[in-house]
Amino acid sequence: MTGTKKTARVFALAGVAALALSACGTTGGNNSANAGSGNSSGSGSCGHYEIAYMGALTGPNGALGQNMLGGINTALSEYNAKHADCKVTVKTFDSQGDPDQASKLALNVVNDTKVVGLIGPGFSGESKATGKTFFSAGLPSISPSATEVDLTEQGWTTWHRVIGNDSAQGAADAKYLTGKKVFVVDDASVYGKGLADVVRKGLKPVGNDEVQTGQTDFSATVTKIKGSGADAVFYGGYYAESGLLVKQLRQAGWKGLFMSGDGSEDPAFVKVAGSQAAEGAVLSAPAAPAPADFGTKYASANPGKTAGLYSTQSYDAANIFLAGIDAGDTSLSKMNDFVTNYSGTGVSGPIKFDSKGDIQTSTIYAYSVKNGQLDTANPAPIK
Amino acid sequence: MHTFTHQFFELTITGLVLGSIYALVALGYTMVYGVLQLINFAHSEVFMYGTFATAWVFVFFDQTGVNSIGGEIGFLLIALVVAMLVSGGVALLLERVAYRPLIKKNAPKLIALISAIGASFVLSEAMGLRDRIAAWFGLEDNLGNYVGNARNNYTMPVQINPKGLFTIGDYTVTDIDVITIVAALGMMFALQVFVSRTRFGRGIRAVAQDPESAALMGVNSTRVIQLTFFLGGLMAGAAATLYMLRIGSTRNDAGFIFGVKAFTAAVMGGIGNLRGALLGGLILGVAENWGSAFLGSQWKDVVAFVLLVVILLIRPQGLLGESLGKARA
Repeated sequence: MTGTKKTARVFALAGVAALALSACGTTGGNNSANAGSGNSSGSGSCGHYEIAYMGALTGPNGALGQNMLGGINTALSEYNAKHADCKVTVKTFDSQGDPDQASKLALNVVNDTKVVGLIGPGFSGESKATGKTFFSAGLPSISPSATEVDLTEQGWTTWHRVIGNDSAQGAADAKYLTGKKVFVVDDASVYGKGLADVVRKGLKPVGNDEVQTGQTDFSATVTKIKGSGADAVFYGGYYAESGLLVKQLRQAGWKGLFMSGDGSEDPAFVKVAGSQAAEGAVLSAPAAPAPADFGTKYASANPGKTAGLYSTQSYDAANIFLAGIDAGDTSLSKMNDFVTNYSGTGVSGPIKFDSKGDIQTSTIYAYSVKNGQLDTANPAPIK
Repeated sequence: MHTFTHQFFELTITGLVLGSIYALVALGYTMVYGVLQLINFAHSEVFMYGTFATAWVFVFFDQTGVNSIGGEIGFLLIALVVAMLVSGGVALLLERVAYRPLIKKNAPKLIALISAIGASFVLSEAMGLRDRIAAWFGLEDNLGNYVGNARNNYTMPVQINPKGLFTIGDYTVTDIDVITIVAALGMMFALQVFVSRTRFGRGIRAVAQDPESAALMGVNSTRVIQLTFFLGGLMAGAAATLYMLRIGSTRNDAGFIFGVKAFTAAVMGGIGNLRGALLGGLILGVAENWGSAFLGSQWKDVVAFVLLVVILLIRPQGLLGESLGKARA
């Protein structure tokens, strides 16, 4: 019976995705219609360009995708204010973070001739599923958030990311935890397990466990951690689970150091855990803190919303493409050359790609929860 | 293995706590199945609405900071009542919109199943889009504390910390553990009495046994079906408050996994059987924890579902058999 339910869910999910997609398509269409009408009185030489975004906008991880889209919108609204006669719009492809849906959407992305570049895919799993399609189509892409190590080992010369990969982050995290008895937990996702495995390699864990995304009761894991005598826990995964895990650990009386990676580095981590349980937790991220005025810019471009995890990286990624459009490199191959040779400083740090598409220098920062809040302004670089 | 023998009591007790919440939700599946032979897949969302209702009560009374159960007991009781009513109301709405028109037209059961799955998505997405829905009425700012960041985790504004009461083996049982188990058992007992002793309960059993004869005897089957949905909703609402007391955080898709587990519990115990739901829930909760300790948490669902298959192979009707209509109910 559960089988029936799961199958049915999958079909239903596909149906909903299709609906969501058509909704997104409509929104994109409206935007372009607006831009078009502003455009018609302007110079005739202006082509209408679109930047595509692919990632989760709805579904369980929709919040992260919304953070990214907010960053892109911030960059676009700045650009469009300066280029009122030649606006660039974003076209969204909502994969819900699901590799299967992403591979179908990838064909829509590459068939869209107005798209000059892709921001995304958001997650490592969907990046893996779609990289080949984008590479064969020659479409340059910049992911603001996919950090799995393998992604840049595939020879996809169109694939870039403006975020340090998990290998750099995991190594730094292991260094940070040197000398402690560490219990490593991951959420079995491509990202979470990948990061946790790098940490595991960098130190000798006293115990390991693997949980599931969407899990809310961690009593068995808590029992194991307490039983292992660990004085530190490293969690590879996202804040929805890490927040609950640290909460349940503290409720069970465990007093060690809790550390997680960039998937948890979000104010929502403190909300989920509760300020008391989150206190003292350390969350690493391959990104410098956003400059003070970014929050203001973000809020004015996205009324009622605040910047979150991956917003700055998405903003930087969008600006790279916008600079490419300004330079006139609007064909796919020229745009790819532009991105590959790009060098500049974004709000998330200095950006220059190595030959594989990884960001060249990435300092990993340790953010900590102090006085009941994630201190996003003063992280300590891990050296 | 070492961990398992060492922490047998902790794993078992925390498993029983989670299992008793599964059991409360399982009652909704089992009762509707007993009466209509229909699986109400949208019941998971009935539970999810209860989790939000619980958190909203604490937001409404502006309860923040850190407190013990004793300090929040009044608000917890209010939250319990509100969550039960909200979940009961959603269940009634579900019956009215997604089922009754189909039952009236004698639609095949499969159609009702699809309708339930559809309703499940509508309810879940409506919660995930509640900020937009509020915006239609221009209320997104006024209701910001209730509807903001709709797709993110929604957390209780107050942290309720457990207090250790007594020790069994190596494990200190907390007040939250005790309250959860006692409240869940109490609810189930009350439901059992209601179904087996009252006039309304007799109506439910009559329709479960033979809807046509029941109708001939003057039982209003529409009423009975409504009542069944409502009772299932009440139980899910109570489960939701207990869940929030323990977990403290919910999301518009929080019902899905929990619903699958509760449904499994209902099938394991014998779908249509109230005591079966309890037994199934407790076994599932404990099996998950033991499985996690033996093999690692990634195996817990494998253990739980292998157990389900084994039980169904030996007793296809579930541990206690299917019967809401029989005297057992």
